[in-house]
Amino acid sequence: MKNHKLLIKNGRVIDPASNRDEVLDILVENGRISKVAKDIKNETKEILDATGKIVLPGLVDMHVHLREPGREDKESVATGTRAALKGGVTSVLAMPNTQPAMDDPGHVKLLKEIIKQTAAANVFIAGAITKERLGQELTDTAKLKKEGVVAVTDDGSSVDNDDLMLRALKKARSQGVLVVCHCEDKVLAAGGVVNLGLTSTRLGLRGISKESEYRRLDRDLRLADRSGATVHIAHVSCKESVGLIAQAKKKGIKVTAETCPHYFSLSEEAVLGYDTNMKINPPLRGKEDVIAIRQGLVNGIIDVISSDHAPHTENEKDIEFERAEFGTVGLETMLAVAITYLVDSGLLDWLGLARKACLNPAKILGIDKGTLNIGKDADIVILAPDKEWTVDRQGLVSKSKNSAFLGCRLKGVVEYTLCAGKIAYKK
Amino acid sequence: MSETAWMRKDLLGLEDLSREEIELILATAESFKEVSTREIKKVPALRGKTVVNLFYEPSTRTRVSFEVAAKRLSADVINIAAQESSVRKGETLIDTGSNIEALKADIIVVRHSASGAAAMLARNVSISVVNAGDGWHEHPTQALLDIFTLKEKLGRVEGLKVSIVGDIAHSRVARSNVWGLTKLGAQVMVCAPKLLIPPEIEQMGARITYDIDEAIQDADAVNVLRMQFERDEGAAFPEKLEYFRNFGITQDRLKKAKSNILVMHPGPINRGIEISSEVADGLNSVILEQVTNGIAVRMAVLFLVARAHDEKP
Repeated sequence: MKNHKLLIKNGRVIDPASNRDEVLDILVENGRISKVAKDIKNETKEILDATGKIVLPGLVDMHVHLREPGREDKESVATGTRAALKGGVTSVLAMPNTQPAMDDPGHVKLLKEIIKQTAAANVFIAGAITKERLGQELTDTAKLKKEGVVAVTDDGSSVDNDDLMLRALKKARSQGVLVVCHCEDKVLAAGGVVNLGLTSTRLGLRGISKESEYRRLDRDLRLADRSGATVHIAHVSCKESVGLIAQAKKKGIKVTAETCPHYFSLSEEAVLGYDTNMKINPPLRGKEDVIAIRQGLVNGIIDVISSDHAPHTENEKDIEFERAEFGTVGLETMLAVAITYLVDSGLLDWLGLARKACLNPAKILGIDKGTLNIGKDADIVILAPDKEWTVDRQGLVSKSKNSAFLGCRLKGVVEYTLCAGKIAYKK
Repeated sequence: MSETAWMRKDLLGLEDLSREEIELILATAESFKEVSTREIKKVPALRGKTVVNLFYEPSTRTRVSFEVAAKRLSADVINIAAQESSVRKGETLIDTGSNIEALKADIIVVRHSASGAAAMLARNVSISVVNAGDGWHEHPTQALLDIFTLKEKLGRVEGLKVSIVGDIAHSRVARSNVWGLTKLGAQVMVCAPKLLIPPEIEQMGARITYDIDEAIQDADAVNVLRMQFERDEGAAFPEKLEYFRNFGITQDRLKKAKSNILVMHPGPINRGIEISSEVADGLNSVILEQVTNGIAVRMAVLFLVARAHDEKP
């Protein structure tokens, strides 16, 4: 592929790194962006006409469960990254709750080999905070980092032991490793399966209180403050959490936060009818929480939109609600849900969206992605912003079909996804 | 009464039903009640139909009541106690339902410990499903027979004051009663220790009190729930005698109530825990009449869902 050139013509280029939102051409050369300007001369035969289209940096989804190794019946690096590309996502952070967990450099090495052989998009790896994610013994983060992990998290569980978490944060600070916090106090969550409130009462299901999230968040913020570590808060779902993060930021604690499409588009009423695709952890919350999450995105308290792509097989979802697994797939719908609920409604402009979904997560992870600056990897999305589509099972390329958005009409269709200058996905 | 047609193949809960639909079931039950007083207690309404009682939780009274109801309608009845069946080998509820459908049964009456189980089954089979209790969610035929009994005894439901006392949080009977009674215009009050009241139940239309005397003071009826101390809810549960002292329905307490207050209980009774023997067997008690009425109500439900299913194009 020496001297491969590709020209994207006439698209509305959105690049938050340079604060650019204008109709431009982008020339891609040998996998990198070589020119961004008006009316670039046709230097190549390979031209993508992006007239009327939006051109974004490839999305960076910093919360993805690829399930490999161990649960390839749910998803794999191969299928998950293809789902990502279809959703305009060119980089993912793979969560470490695999089997085995990413708690050992050897396991990370194995995953890197799988990625090298089968990934269709860029995969970054998160290591575990504790061995087997059991919350008992810290992993060797220095070695994990050396092997290439860009963050550590026990996502799926919180480290319950305060002292251990403090030690983990101190260690992470000294080694310059980002800690991603899954904020859930399992005792307070009390075996719940839906948000605690009218919905849990109506459905006769055990409720998960908001306290179970924000009290653990409060602890993690205090420990971050004490240790001086940099933390990122995963899947923020409720109003109180947004408030605590705002305070922490004001105080100067090094914290960033993400939310997921389902928390700014769906509320707990979606669970009525016992649709297990709506069974998610943290749970879909009340309407006022949805509003608070949206405000948090608008006013910058919440930095990132990530999918928390959580694939599960039909056998694990098509059963009694209380027995079903938690989670929804999200890679293929994240961008369109964000366009539909945030951009289309005027809450975020395109630059704002690109900040939350491309630039900010890349910055937080310290990876050279999420921008269309010259010299950068040509990870680029071209999308038809006004085109509508309906989410259906058949259309999903993820191995699992457990989408909370099945049947939803969404705006914004990805037409091309370029990964390192190559057309990795084409509608 | 206006002509309401019953269009549902299933009865999953009272939350979904309109006032008219509930009234239609009650009216149909009224016409079936007489059957049980005949010398030959049978009508041919469901002759040739097969009703399967699929019970995943131990139950005697509800299961027997459905069985008697189906038999009085001339249906064939199969009882599956799911603890003993292939469920033990790991068969899913949906697979079990599909197998029952493949046997060409017409109605599945299902009791399950998981809230939403009946709805899930109904979505996955084309034959009728009647919810005989799903988790903490609903027990619609129990509430219907409670309401039927109220109406029979007091002549109306609209405007009645009904108090439900006991473990509201974990009670499907309470939920179905709140929906059914409020839809018919009754005023519902729930009474329990604080930890046994589920959040935001006021939004379902019920008032809350933690004071048993307030609950029975002006009530036309008190529906006393079984306290299931065997539940593993740990700290939420009061001690038995403490509960009886603070919430038990005793003759002494009833002195402060209307003299003709109806005392109801879905059974089985814990004598000396939620209700004293004196009250359970006393003049205000309609507990055994509830059992009798349960048959008529379940006959009505089985009849209506079977007919709706047959008439579906």
